[in-house]
Amino acid sequence: MDSKHNPEYVAGNGLIHRRHLLGLGLAGIGSIAAGSALGADTGMLSIPAWSKTPGNGPSDYGAPSPFAADVKRLAGGPSATAPGSGVSRTPLHLLRGTITPNSLHFERHHSGVPVIDPAQHRFVIHGLVRQALSFSYEDLLAYPMVSQIYFLECSGNSGANTVATAGDTNAAAIHGLLSCAEWTGVRLSTLLAEAGVTDTAAWITATGADAASMGRSIPLSKALDDVIIALYQNGEPIRPEQGYPMRLFVPGWEGNVSVKWLTQIKVADAPAHFRDETSKYTDLLPDGKSLQFTYPMGVKSVITSPSGQMKLLRQGIHEITGVAWSGHGAIRRVEISADSGRTWADAHIEAGQQHLALARFRLPWQWSGAPAILQSRATDSRNNVQPGRDIWMAGYNPANRYHYNAIQSWSVSAQGDVKNVYA
Amino acid sequence: MFMRNAVSIFVTAAGVVALNVASIGLAAEAPANPVALGSAISEAQLADWDLIVAPDGQNLPEGSGTAAQGQAVYQQQCAACHGAAGEGASGSPALVGGSVSTTPPLLTVGSYWPHASTLFDYVRRAMPPTAPKSLSNTEVYQVTAYVLHLHGVIAEDFVLDKNTLPAVQMPNREGFTDVSGN
Repeated sequence: MDSKHNPEYVAGNGLIHRRHLLGLGLAGIGSIAAGSALGADTGMLSIPAWSKTPGNGPSDYGAPSPFAADVKRLAGGPSATAPGSGVSRTPLHLLRGTITPNSLHFERHHSGVPVIDPAQHRFVIHGLVRQALSFSYEDLLAYPMVSQIYFLECSGNSGANTVATAGDTNAAAIHGLLSCAEWTGVRLSTLLAEAGVTDTAAWITATGADAASMGRSIPLSKALDDVIIALYQNGEPIRPEQGYPMRLFVPGWEGNVSVKWLTQIKVADAPAHFRDETSKYTDLLPDGKSLQFTYPMGVKSVITSPSGQMKLLRQGIHEITGVAWSGHGAIRRVEISADSGRTWADAHIEAGQQHLALARFRLPWQWSGAPAILQSRATDSRNNVQPGRDIWMAGYNPANRYHYNAIQSWSVSAQGDVKNVYA
Repeated sequence: MFMRNAVSIFVTAAGVVALNVASIGLAAEAPANPVALGSAISEAQLADWDLIVAPDGQNLPEGSGTAAQGQAVYQQQCAACHGAAGEGASGSPALVGGSVSTTPPLLTVGSYWPHASTLFDYVRRAMPPTAPKSLSNTEVYQVTAYVLHLHGVIAEDFVLDKNTLPAVQMPNREGFTDVSGN
């Protein structure tokens, strides 16, 4: 069979082999796409007005096209009782790569975004060290730095899908407490070595300079492994809402431990049991017990297109695409189902840094106009497989909203309406 | 410092061995940590700045308070959001009552938090939301005692201070499993 002109179906309900994405592009299956092609572009093509008059000159800081003005975070309203507290979510369904632009990185603040003068900011390492040390922002800028691409995900991300009835919302509203950026900064191990961690040390306890002085405890072994004090985000100084002038960045772990506006690391022999590692960010089990210090984010994926509240306007070929990630390592495999999990096909995963970063996946799909349930299932380099919702829910108390990493199901109706469903 | 020729050999993608010679400055004996810019500071200098209170209570400040003394502080600073008796309201969590085993569970300071130190630590660093760190250490002891008393954890006249607070047994103390592996 000539695969140039006949799609190779590899799973039920119209999923097509990923090789059709490689080199051929969707043009390779034009014979079936033609049947649903948009109407012919009739009439004479004229030269548009913007080709006849000079545009604006250079600017000191760029901004999106006014025609892309809807690509914005989904920001909640102000808190009536806790000023500055709240979240904004990355518009995952409006983005198509793996890097989150700085203006669209998700936010979670516990007492607002402080305005910090870096000249007056101090970062102190003390506690179980031979010599307590204070660092200025200028000091840190002089240290050797590393640059790595890492995802950051709030522990409460996707918690909306733990409730009894699936909400009719979009990918940002459900999964948008997830972003990915290149973070540049100083290895924490470098600074801990300078202070001289003592033999009894086993944890670091870190706090920020925000009004909540938000704090978290982290095992010393992780602190000495890959944790950095991030000073740059996608190449520019980190944004105020991400911790300017400096934040802790703890790769692969729940976002809350990457303490923003970092001002204190107290080396200790035990965790501090801060409010945000006891009252919050602990995972309630069916028997009323709780798991504490559940740091790594589980293997997970979500189809971002087609996704909730989108509408398919034509039958024929659509690219199913989304992102996958794991706090345990790299993404090794993403499978797609269009028939509610009965059959699965391997998606193409874009090359690039995969370790603790977002991976972009794609697969062509022939939509016949029949109802479908679209799902993605990720497997990481430690062979962790993303669970189904029923399996995940059975492991926790129904009230738990943290560390939800179950398979997302999007239903497509005969009319092309895409909805969040439990399947 | 003296100049030395650094020579490196690498193999290109085509399998060709190439030589790279560069003249760079190297310290005769490079220290393990070539940049060391931290300024020495003493724990005494951090006494008013370090707010961390862990369950061992080692960093608890001087001062003390009872629930009886804390009632006025609570009514003035906390009740508007958390309710006159700690029952909570829309947007503000209940502080007392509840249980981890009801459906749905009601997770409060009294029913859920494993350590009394966390209440002191959190109130001192983050409450009230409109003016964090505005309470005196004495007021924090007092209002901590009041919230614990509302849940029946301590008596109304129990004196909370740096010696007694670490010994307070929270109802859900055994409700957590540390899975950090640390």
